[in-house]
Amino acid sequence: MMKRTFSWLSAWALASGLLMVSCSFPDEKDDTDPIETGTIELQFDNIVGSQDLQLDNARYSNAAGEDFTVSKLNYYISNIKLLKMDGSAFTVPQDSSYFMIREAHPESQKLTLRNVLTGDYTGVEFMVGVDSVRSVMEPDRRKGILDQYSGPTNEEGMYWDWNPGYIFLMLEGHSDLATTANGKYYYHIGGFGGRTTRTINNLKTVKLTFPGQKAIVTTSIVSNVLIQADILKIFNGQTQMSIQKNSSLMFADSSKYIADNYAGMFSVKEIKMN
Amino acid sequence: MTKFTGILSLLAALLALAVSCRKSGTDDPDPKPSDNTPTPLQWMKPSYFPDPVYDLSKNPLTVEGVELGKFLFYDGILSRTDNIGCGTCHQQQAAFTHHGHDLSHGVDDKIGTRNAPSVQNMAWNTSFFWDGGVHDLDLVPPVPIQNKVEMDERVSNVIEKLKKTPVAGAAKQVDYPKMFKAAFGSDSITADRMMKALSQFMMTMVSATSRYDYFVRGDASAMTAQEKDGMTIFKQKCASCHAGELFTDQKFRNNGLVPNRINDQGRYDITLNADDRLKFKVPSLRNVGLTAPYMHDGRFTTLEQVLDHYANDKPGNKDSIYVSPTLDPLLNVAGQRRGISLTSAEKQSIIAFLKALNDDDFIKDKRFSDPGVGTSF
Repeated sequence: MMKRTFSWLSAWALASGLLMVSCSFPDEKDDTDPIETGTIELQFDNIVGSQDLQLDNARYSNAAGEDFTVSKLNYYISNIKLLKMDGSAFTVPQDSSYFMIREAHPESQKLTLRNVLTGDYTGVEFMVGVDSVRSVMEPDRRKGILDQYSGPTNEEGMYWDWNPGYIFLMLEGHSDLATTANGKYYYHIGGFGGRTTRTINNLKTVKLTFPGQKAIVTTSIVSNVLIQADILKIFNGQTQMSIQKNSSLMFADSSKYIADNYAGMFSVKEIKMN
Repeated sequence: MTKFTGILSLLAALLALAVSCRKSGTDDPDPKPSDNTPTPLQWMKPSYFPDPVYDLSKNPLTVEGVELGKFLFYDGILSRTDNIGCGTCHQQQAAFTHHGHDLSHGVDDKIGTRNAPSVQNMAWNTSFFWDGGVHDLDLVPPVPIQNKVEMDERVSNVIEKLKKTPVAGAAKQVDYPKMFKAAFGSDSITADRMMKALSQFMMTMVSATSRYDYFVRGDASAMTAQEKDGMTIFKQKCASCHAGELFTDQKFRNNGLVPNRINDQGRYDITLNADDRLKFKVPSLRNVGLTAPYMHDGRFTTLEQVLDHYANDKPGNKDSIYVSPTLDPLLNVAGQRRGISLTSAEKQSIIAFLKALNDDDFIKDKRFSDPGVGTSF
């Protein structure tokens, strides 16, 4: 009798397990044509011009001729799409498509995307920040890296409690030209467009084409796409920024210049296949 | 027999499935759930109040949840220095404002920029804080907790501290794991639960037992003749903004105050819309006689000063209403002196009426009082 009970239970456990799996992937209904998937890695590397970014110790100079250091650099990457030559795209399921790149945490800079449809990819698209739809969801739909109460988002202060929303990019450091009491500059850039009333929208979608190379995803080949983010472009982009003029830029209209600038700081350096 | 067992295990499996669908990861493994079920608490709306804004269905009140919320509200453990609780700046005898403080001091005696608003009737708020930046009561507590000049603590760290209670040697032994278990059925301490417990407590903080309320409920003798007189004038001259039974239209308005030293732009800081410059949320006037000082920066210490501002009748005929593009049109009617015309007697009657909104039961109600973990400075 015991044995029989267990087999019943395991049968039901299996059935309920299947039910859950089928709930997770409502679009997959045809199991006679198995879809092959693989893994791709997006490796982010923060640089300053031609140099690798070093926190705190290295001094850099922007186009305004201002010396500065970087003590903190964090930004969200989300809503990733892998693009194909024919214009089609593989969209990473949104729940698995939120990341925070933190310069102080090398492990945060490698995004491993699993269950990617096999194929040859020629580009990538992503958002810098957290989209408005997710931003206005209840806290229980914003867990993991997006949890405002624990983990990196809370520890790094990447969420504005007083005007609820994520800080998409945080750049801090020292400069002799900063006008703050402690000589630091603070760029906290966010703004998803507003919840109850319209306000600034600093969401930026970045589209990068892989230069003369494809990222191949098969069941066995893992491509590693090296994306460089040149933070010098945050100062020296479409609008030249000055630390002396703007030592602290947070939720303000002129934050859009920073956002426009960082939208242009990404480029694909190389693709490796493992 | 075999068939019976089969059906039984099928039911058990279905039950397990149902439970796992309802909640994930937080299920209490205790086989006697009845012992841990929190006791539901019926929330009652005063009949003449509007329907609450807060969605109780997502956070039904329980006796244990409210009790936990009360401890969290008063406990300085929420601050980096372990000595600033919500109740430090929201003191019951001042209708949950910071008595005697124009601006409040938080950790290390750092001074904030705005006057602590009253924590009362939160169930009806469509937005919170002077600038209305927050739209949901559950998202209110992290603002002061994580503000550098208020409690300067990270919520993630508060959770870690709560998990380590009771702390040996503490003046008041509080066992938060036990209280979370009583309130939520398991001892898992999460930020979401913490916010929900705080909301539960704040939901119970309803002020509706002032003499005005007794009058509204039919006791004509509850207010004096002067107070009734004041009510009539109030309804004519003040109630377009301080509207309804909550005495606020919950809008953001520029009431002509001269910008302060930090040029606080109020609602504009949230929307970055020029039309919102210098606008602040119209506060409720319930318990206003107990919540001095007044205005978003506590610049007026008496109700007389407040009415003098609105009446704009300072000696010497000097205009005290600050004119800017967003000045409320109600204070800037063409062909009239700016402000609200009020005689001296009318002011006295209005103030008498406003004091009839003082709710002595509310500020003495033991259900809202510090359970012995609070601090006040």
